[in-house]
Amino acid sequence: MGKIITDEMIDYVSILAKLNLSDSEKKAAGKDMERMLEYIDMLNELNTDGVEPMTHIFPISNVFREDREENGDSREKMLENAPEARDGMYRVPKTVEQ
Amino acid sequence: MSRQYETVIGLEVHVELATQTKIFCACSTAFGGEPNTHTCPVCTGMPGALPVLNKKVVEYAMAVGLATNCKITRHCKFDRKNYFYPDNPQNYQISQLYAPICRNGYVEIETESGSKKIGIHEIHMEEDAGKLIHDEWEDCSLVDYNRSGVPLIEIVSEPDMRSAEEVIAYLDKLRLIIQYLGASDCRLQEGSMRADVNLSVREAGAREFGTRTEMKNLNSFKAIARAIEGERARQIELLEEGKQVVQETRRWDDNKEASHAMRSKEDARDYRYFPEPDLPPVDISEEWIEEVRSRQPELRTEKLLRYQKEFGIPQYDAELLTESRKMAELFEAAAAICGNPKKVSNWLMVDTMRLLKENGQEPEELNISPEYLAKLVELTDSGAINSSVARKVFRHIFYENMDPEKYIEEKGLKTVNDESALRETIKRILEENPKSVSDYRNGKEKALGFLVGQTMKEMKGKANPEMVNRILKELLQ
Ligand SMILES: [Zn+2]
Repeated sequence: MGKIITDEMIDYVSILAKLNLSDSEKKAAGKDMERMLEYIDMLNELNTDGVEPMTHIFPISNVFREDREENGDSREKMLENAPEARDGMYRVPKTVEQ
Repeated sequence: MSRQYETVIGLEVHVELATQTKIFCACSTAFGGEPNTHTCPVCTGMPGALPVLNKKVVEYAMAVGLATNCKITRHCKFDRKNYFYPDNPQNYQISQLYAPICRNGYVEIETESGSKKIGIHEIHMEEDAGKLIHDEWEDCSLVDYNRSGVPLIEIVSEPDMRSAEEVIAYLDKLRLIIQYLGASDCRLQEGSMRADVNLSVREAGAREFGTRTEMKNLNSFKAIARAIEGERARQIELLEEGKQVVQETRRWDDNKEASHAMRSKEDARDYRYFPEPDLPPVDISEEWIEEVRSRQPELRTEKLLRYQKEFGIPQYDAELLTESRKMAELFEAAAAICGNPKKVSNWLMVDTMRLLKENGQEPEELNISPEYLAKLVELTDSGAINSSVARKVFRHIFYENMDPEKYIEEKGLKTVNDESALRETIKRILEENPKSVSDYRNGKEKALGFLVGQTMKEMKGKANPEMVNRILKELLQ
């Protein structure tokens, strides 16, 4: 009764997620996804008529900051997180939008 | 017999908001900082960093929505738009899909063929991305996240425009509204206003829309107009050849005056939006809306009418003066100080416009203190300086924002209003130029001009021209 995850669907999702999966990984991922969907299907058994869609898990709203600059220059520290850095910038494989 | 086509255009306009700090963190939005000096764990997408919404962003978005006749969404929230690209360190952009802050508005535009309403489908808040620099020599790209997290609003129009002319009028209208609100400086060249054009064509009279394409990378009004013409022609050609228009994003190359498709099928545009769990929703009360509404400044359309009514400025002049907020503010402030709006308007309309044009500058770049402009008007009115000196002084106000009084004093440019001294000088000039005197007396009007010129030269341009004329005529009788 679970949703059928087709091979095309797995291929499409791996493109979106930028994942290169081997055939056996694809098979395993398909199985996992089917199980997840079955689990989610349980929600469809509940009657949600008249229930407002939830927008956030906590009952809070309007959490703001004032428009005040508080962060200084912490470039050196931030760049410690970079896999590679050069000239004060993050160095990444060449990516050109064409 | 060739078929007639209609162009259908909708716009997505991104505007960078003029806040001091980013949308979700307290980093500066200032331009021109060294790379990555305005970054923190939030705007570089570090795991566990928590975004907190800048209240000013919500208020600017509401202000733009109110000024464009939108309905403000009372319960508004954020969503994640997922995509992978190094300019986006989180691998998602926080944006709004399901409950954007403003909906169902319109602006009215004026074109040759009259006025027309352009619908606004929605306005949503989102964050800007970082900047990629591609290394020419090494096979790598370098990323600067200073712009990452700078607040944007995206204004999505209805497909209501039918020509490049309407598109430009619409963009200009948005620019003026937003500049007057102070929500952004809206400069196309510098990227604080960016427009993507959605365009399709259909046979005249058809009810269904054709397949549309989205055109990106348009950095000037001229590029937008050229891209619209180019894309319209490309789509018509495809249809005439019996081919299909493919729905795709295209990138305009203004140097080549052509576009090419940007993304391949491998990069399917499936953003898998889902509600942003890190940000609680924003509830906007009626009181808050009213508060923002009551703070709205006078906008261009209202100023245009008031200048004509209150100051008796002709419509054409009022249009030019209100063409930028900077110019309008300068005009009003200077006019209030010297009480002579017509003279102030004249300096702005003639000399200021000419110098701006000469220097290829925008009115927004003006740096003139209204006090100095007002002083210049007063100095001319009182006869302290004559008009040719005033022109010279104005250049210094324009370029150096110089105090005209100080300048005149230092350079000794004050008009000589000492009548007896002037009379002596003129007497001497008449003695030295007997031929001109007799020419004038024999009816040669031109000779007077020569004598005025000689006098002004002798007085180093500082004489009051009316006084010179009067004394000369008197002595020549
Ligand atoms: Zn930050």
